Amino acid sequence: MELLNLYQNNYLIVFAFLCLGILLPVVALFAAKLLRPKYKDIASKYTTYESGIEPFHDARVQFNVRYYVFALMFVIFDVETVFLYPWAIAYEKLGIFALIEMLIFVVMLLIGLIYAWKKKVLKWI
Amino acid sequence: MVQDLLHSSPSLLNFGIFFAMALAFLFVILGFVTYAILAERKVLGFMQGRIGPNHLGGRWGLLQTVADVLKLLVKEDLIPKASDRPMFIIAPVIAFAPAFVVVATIPFTENLQFADLNVGLLYYIAISGITIIGTLMAAWASNNKYSLLGGMRATAQMVSYEIPLVMAGLGIVLLTGSMNLNDIVLAQQESGWFILWQPVAFVVFFIAAMAELYRVPFDLAEAENELVAGFHTEYSGFRWAMFMLAEYVYMFAMSALIIVLFFGGWLPPFEFLSFIPGAVWFGLKFAVVTYVLYWFRATFPRMRPDQLMEFAWKILLPVALANIFLTALLKELLNIF
Repeated sequence: MELLNLYQNNYLIVFAFLCLGILLPVVALFAAKLLRPKYKDIASKYTTYESGIEPFHDARVQFNVRYYVFALMFVIFDVETVFLYPWAIAYEKLGIFALIEMLIFVVMLLIGLIYAWKKKVLKWI
Repeated sequence: MVQDLLHSSPSLLNFGIFFAMALAFLFVILGFVTYAILAERKVLGFMQGRIGPNHLGGRWGLLQTVADVLKLLVKEDLIPKASDRPMFIIAPVIAFAPAFVVVATIPFTENLQFADLNVGLLYYIAISGITIIGTLMAAWASNNKYSLLGGMRATAQMVSYEIPLVMAGLGIVLLTGSMNLNDIVLAQQESGWFILWQPVAFVVFFIAAMAELYRVPFDLAEAENELVAGFHTEYSGFRWAMFMLAEYVYMFAMSALIIVLFFGGWLPPFEFLSFIPGAVWFGLKFAVVTYVLYWFRATFPRMRPDQLMEFAWKILLPVALANIFLTALLKELLNIF
């Protein structure tokens, strides 16, 4: 029960921090709204910045798929690290067997990395 | 007193007290950010043979940042017509909130730590990743070409450097067998600072941390001379300030994390120096790490995007992986820990 309380209280602190993290921008923006003087409304102020020329087309166009590949790679390796963390903690008890097992797991993913490397996916043009 | 509070059953009163403590700490952080910005400008000034801010608040320009904040507070609030309004408004909040939440788990001294989570390191990494959503939202909502490019670069960079960062942290977790940041510091009491045992992890971690912070050799996301200001080109006034604030709060958090992981947190470098309180040691180490960040800003040229991505995937990631297995092997064979 003691431990449960400790655990819950610790996350309560995290929650307090989260509330403050959201409140600060809200309060600051509200204060700014009250404090600032009235500015003149000029239509050209509300155009998008584009180095001084009239903005043309929408900025939201289809972009290079390369970013997508990096995102995919990230997912693979991030999941790998999620598996590696518990392994690292339990390593003391598991010993050399766990090391070999993890080595096999990582090598399989490394093959993926080498494949991507050879496919020139990692090359940024 | 705080220990009793932590062991009592959670209630609204507890929450109120925690909230008040967190609020006090928020002001400490805001104070830090104020003077970190001033210190950065001063250090850059000295390194470039200039004087830096010296008009407001005496010779050292001690009130310069305060004046800047006041100016931002009364600035006109511009939201471009072409932008996606709700997203444009939410983005700075999403970018800032995790920056502050992350600080909750960092142990500053033996007694000054807010949330003693047993998943500390993983918590830090997981929460700090959320900021990129705010960045990407800002970039997309602005409907500006520079913003979108900057946002995409920021995302690709963040995503790529997250992996070496996590992998480098894994070496530490292997040595201590715990993700609790308190345990990590205490483990360094017997064995010496982890920078001695994990120099490779330190180098990888530091480089990746610089990239995560968008500090200078890796500041492509907001490269002023090619992308104007990157993802916050369209932001002004306090909305823009939130992005800057998030950046500096992350700098605070990351410097603290580096100290906790590699430089023994509040521990003195030698046993006989332990009469000096831990807070002083933490402060000193903190000053050194932040100074190095400023120093890098003054001395390194910006990287190219292609070099940046290839560096993360082809050099840092294999090195970090090799480091993990070397550490595991050494631990198994030599039984040092």
